[in-house]
Amino acid sequence: MTMPPESGPGFLKREAVPVVVFALLALLPFVAVLGAESYLLSLVTRVMIFAIAALSLDLILGYGALVSFGHAAFLGLGGYAVGILSAHGQTDALVQLPVALAVSALFALVTGALSLRTKGVYFIMITLAFGQMAFFLAVSLAAYGGDDGMTLSGRSRLFGLDLFKNDRAFYYAVLLALLGAYGLCRSIVVSRFGRVIRGARENPQRMAAIGFPLFRYQLVGYVIAGTLCGLAGFLLANQAEFVSPAYMTWQRSGELIVMVVLGGLGTLHGAIIGAAAFLLLEEWLSGFTEHWKMIFGPFLVLVVLFARGGLMGAIRRLGGGGHG
Amino acid sequence: MSMTLLYVQTLNGLQLGVLLFLIAAGLTLVFGVMDFINLAHGVQYMIGAYLAAMFTAMTGNFFYGLALALPSALAFGLLLEFLIFRHLYDRDHLDQVLATFGIILFLNQAVKVIWGAAPLSVPIPEALSGSIRLMDGLLYPVYRLAIIGSGLAIAVLLGILVSRTRIGMLVRAGASNAPMVSALGVDIGKLFMIVFGFGAMLAGFAGAMVAPILSVEPGMGDNLLILTFVVIVIGGIGSVRGAFIAAILVGLVDTLGRVFGPQLLRALMDPSAASQAGRALAPMLTYILMAAILFFRPGGLFPAKK
Amino acid sequence: MAEPALELRDLNKAYGALTVTDHVSLALPDGEFHAIIGPNGAGKTTLIHQISGLVPSDSGSVWLGGRDVTGLSLPERVHRGLVRSFQITSILPGFSALENVALAVQAREGSSFRFFGRARDEARLNDPAMQALEEVGLGKRAGVRAGLLSHGEKRQLEIAIALAAQPRVLLLDEPLAGTGPEESAVLIALMQRLRGRMTILLIEHDMEAVFALAERVSVLVYGRIIASGPPAAVRDDPDVRTAYLGEEGG
Repeated sequence: MTMPPESGPGFLKREAVPVVVFALLALLPFVAVLGAESYLLSLVTRVMIFAIAALSLDLILGYGALVSFGHAAFLGLGGYAVGILSAHGQTDALVQLPVALAVSALFALVTGALSLRTKGVYFIMITLAFGQMAFFLAVSLAAYGGDDGMTLSGRSRLFGLDLFKNDRAFYYAVLLALLGAYGLCRSIVVSRFGRVIRGARENPQRMAAIGFPLFRYQLVGYVIAGTLCGLAGFLLANQAEFVSPAYMTWQRSGELIVMVVLGGLGTLHGAIIGAAAFLLLEEWLSGFTEHWKMIFGPFLVLVVLFARGGLMGAIRRLGGGGHG
Repeated sequence: MSMTLLYVQTLNGLQLGVLLFLIAAGLTLVFGVMDFINLAHGVQYMIGAYLAAMFTAMTGNFFYGLALALPSALAFGLLLEFLIFRHLYDRDHLDQVLATFGIILFLNQAVKVIWGAAPLSVPIPEALSGSIRLMDGLLYPVYRLAIIGSGLAIAVLLGILVSRTRIGMLVRAGASNAPMVSALGVDIGKLFMIVFGFGAMLAGFAGAMVAPILSVEPGMGDNLLILTFVVIVIGGIGSVRGAFIAAILVGLVDTLGRVFGPQLLRALMDPSAASQAGRALAPMLTYILMAAILFFRPGGLFPAKK
Repeated sequence: MAEPALELRDLNKAYGALTVTDHVSLALPDGEFHAIIGPNGAGKTTLIHQISGLVPSDSGSVWLGGRDVTGLSLPERVHRGLVRSFQITSILPGFSALENVALAVQAREGSSFRFFGRARDEARLNDPAMQALEEVGLGKRAGVRAGLLSHGEKRQLEIAIALAAQPRVLLLDEPLAGTGPEESAVLIALMQRLRGRMTILLIEHDMEAVFALAERVSVLVYGRIIASGPPAAVRDDPDVRTAYLGEEGG
């Protein structure tokens, strides 16, 4: 049995990908002074926000094999918590953030408890339907912009200070949130709890036969993932200073799945890379043609048919990095 | 005249239900027989509408257009099956979701490129235009009645096909126990191709039929697809009978809920709050219905699998 | 006399018109090694499913140490000490052998709602797991991914997982299925060692193993128990000979 030590050169080698990713993200604002700073900053901020959402999805999809197709609902819930509170004059993040998280957790608890009673395609379709329900709820909120969404009066304040107004400060706040979310997920997947979730992915019957009532573990996992994604929604609303039902279309849920799979399921840093790959690809392709989806759609089909394990899998294969 | 409104809306609900059934019938069998989740079924409906619009414009006659659209929709479905779907049967659900999602992205954009982003409209055929007086003060468009009628006729035909014919028996057996059917020496791949092509054609027929009353536009199948999922889940995967009952149920609940929900609430609270709450609740009604049914019957109303 | 460790009272199960469990009643005193034999399709595995709680019974009840557990789920029965193995090897192929067993320890030891700390490094989970692995003879293979073990080793692992759950009653569903003669010998010796330490209900096709191990044998044919008693008596029972052994012995 080989158990690599926690520190030393082994650590750097094993953790090379996340270390490089976070180092690049931390340095970017300094490099980006050349010209297109604000464009690049806002693009990468967006990437990091979606990375949090993808990370949260990877927790249940990659580690728990729960194909949730309504995850974008939590982006919307987090976003609307910010929007609705600030419309009523409550702009402090110390109020907005807990509300955003609590609303997301509650929605996850209720819909998760119903969805997890089912399996397989039923689970996929039911999470999809609940996501759609949240979408229609937002559309019907005429007082808060309905279909068109609502513009915020500004970003959240902290202790009444307008800290996040500065794009660079906001960038680092988002980076911190991403780092925190990543650390939390890393901790969870190797913890006792995470081991139960991973075991359920491999063989649910075996897990039940050694005494784990899986429903409650999966439900807690679902709530954690939903809450984390609510955090992403909170940040997204702040970045755009705008919320709309478009946050929670089912296509958006599909895109989150694409990000996770593109980066490689069940790797966590893969979710970050996948979010970056997806958004940058979208940015790049739509620079060529407004019909970028005609390129991206078939690309997706080809990835599924020929490149199992996503981009991280491809990188690992190219590097000849043994057996994953 | 509230009673008239009720009748009209009931007929509208029935019409939505019939459409949902046409789309759901193929989808539920594809799910049931192959355990295959096909998100791209909604685009078959869209393609049907576009084909009908195109052929109607070319021939100048809706019925010729419809007659040409049906085999084209079938051919298109079979082409997709041949090119992509058959490589996905033995993959897990996640792969199926991703690949069919990619197909949606592509096709929604492709119709924009081919037919333009602006909605197309198809004139209602002259023979079916105008309204008919069903009772005192109740006028209803003939064309909508034709949709309901043709949908019900197909439901009956399909019911006979599934319950009385050899292929129907194989399909039913496949939905409840696919390995058994292939153990009997039936070519399950071929069976699935037939089911798939037929389902694509039914969805295309639904799209073609609504082309004259809805705007034909990219993405028109997407939201209907989700409602179809709700129908299938409520009805029980793999059950045509369940799909029919659930489709009518969802069509009625959705339509009547939007119209009468706010009115009913008005009896309970003050008018402005009622109309606000009603507008928020009405679109959620179908999903609440689904959640309630699943809570008591996780396998849907008529589960095909034992 | 004390309450039986495991008691089945009039269990029934039918799939449509097909009756698979037909008024089965059986009582196992504490510490007994009891075997159920029967031809293919006799309903042995369904019976185990019903006892363990994987499949609900149509009627009848299951009692564990004098307590009715019929209404409990599979995981709840495990916590009461009713543990089973599977006929078709059921392990977590991506986990190491040690982690497979450590999870069983984790299920009964403390809370699994812990989100921090590496479960893989917890000695209080790993030590008992290691002990169970050594008990079945897999101590040297602890770090190997379970999916890479040989078939016989997987069968051993399956028993180690069950042992780590600290069963009072252990249900073994054809532990020798698919094993070669050498692997069988290892497993039979293992069951020999477990004899008397807990109540064991064994389902097995290998007659030699059954008659060597069991203190009592029940014969299940078409979902009904047609004979029950010490191995020698059952072997000589005329009903059993015609219904079952006669066919096999030829």
